[in-house]
Amino acid sequence: MQKKILFVEDEAALQKTLGDVLEQEGYRVIRALDGEAGFKMAQAENPDLILLDLVLPKMHGFEVLKALKSDEATKSIPIIVLTNLESMGDIEKALELGATTYLVKASYSLEEVVNKIKKALGE
Amino acid sequence: MMSFKETLGQLNVRAYCKKYGLGMWRCPQFLFLLMGLVIIATALITYVIGTRYVADPGIVSLIVLVITIILFVLTFSFTRSLEGLAEANRLKSEFVSIVSHQLRAPLSNLKWALEILISGRFGRVEGKPADYLQILTDNTKRMGELVSSLLIVSRIEQGRLPMHKAEFSLVDLAKEAITEFKPIASASNVDIVLEIPKSDLPFAFGDSSQLKIVAENFIDNAVRYTQGAGKVVVTVSPKNGTLLFSVKDGGVGIPKEDQKHIFQKFFRSGNVLKYQTQGSGLGLYIAKSIVEKSGGKIGFKSEQDKGSTFWFTIPTKK
Repeated sequence: MQKKILFVEDEAALQKTLGDVLEQEGYRVIRALDGEAGFKMAQAENPDLILLDLVLPKMHGFEVLKALKSDEATKSIPIIVLTNLESMGDIEKALELGATTYLVKASYSLEEVVNKIKKALGE
Repeated sequence: MMSFKETLGQLNVRAYCKKYGLGMWRCPQFLFLLMGLVIIATALITYVIGTRYVADPGIVSLIVLVITIILFVLTFSFTRSLEGLAEANRLKSEFVSIVSHQLRAPLSNLKWALEILISGRFGRVEGKPADYLQILTDNTKRMGELVSSLLIVSRIEQGRLPMHKAEFSLVDLAKEAITEFKPIASASNVDIVLEIPKSDLPFAFGDSSQLKIVAENFIDNAVRYTQGAGKVVVTVSPKNGTLLFSVKDGGVGIPKEDQKHIFQKFFRSGNVLKYQTQGSGLGLYIAKSIVEKSGGKIGFKSEQDKGSTFWFTIPTKK
């Protein structure tokens, strides 16, 4: 079965690069450009994994995370936070709120991010 | 020591204040000079009043008290104007921090897009276009490194450099750093070797990711400033209850007159600019800040045209 990844990211360039590569890797990528849309899509589509940016319009990534983890339907979906915020405080907060992994975009190559996503999907 | 000429130059307050773009009323040199003159003048006035006009010591004491209060108020208002300088410095650090953060997002977009093109995922790029892609990639990497350095510098200046201290193996750290530079080094015929004692070394105690930046900086410099083929020797050894990490090269060395400036921010030695124009002059400044915050020492020995040895020590777990 083709796995479904929800990619919540407001930056078009990243939607294109990472999104295209994930599609090429055989995943179905559904995209949301703001936090609110991301949360609604997660409820409606029940994806296998969520990639979540933190600085998002309409609803901040932390709020999305909180909402997803307090909703029975979306509670168990693994969430990878993908951001350029890198303070210890942000990392701790995201993990406390239930994120599976925290990745700082600038520190990883695209290939490494794809590998982390595969690992989170248990592949 | 300051030379006579330099001291004299400082007395030219106007030029001094202009150099830093400060108005006279915000310029410390001018304010202190003014303050000094006011103090001398009031002492003189007190003396004249006391000896010529008023014989009563009670009144003289009162005059001295009043003048002291006036001086106090003046000094206070002077220091208030110096606060402006501290604020300007803080704003500068904040500016650097914001700019570097903002630059990171477009840089990582560039990096990933280039990575896709080079990987050939969506079609191979060959021949000349591939060369241009490599140029784009190399320069994006350079920019990324510069932005990271600026971010570290702004954190150092704001006193917010994160230090997550834990036990780690300095030998493993050295091996990782060497592995990273092996390809670049062998491309320019430089051999990097690691020398460690046969007996087991104790664990180091510090922030390994920060200290790795220092180790990489030392090795990067050693490879970069080796002319032609050569050897870079990385050593990890025990030293008076601490661990010593050192990198020795047979490169261009640092001229004697430049040695005292080598850890200064943005400083680059005159002789290296002839061989290597790339480099921000931030690496060793960052290295020094990290090592000192880790409770270690940093230093070097260098002779022009013979080579340099840079070292740092790091505490072991007590």
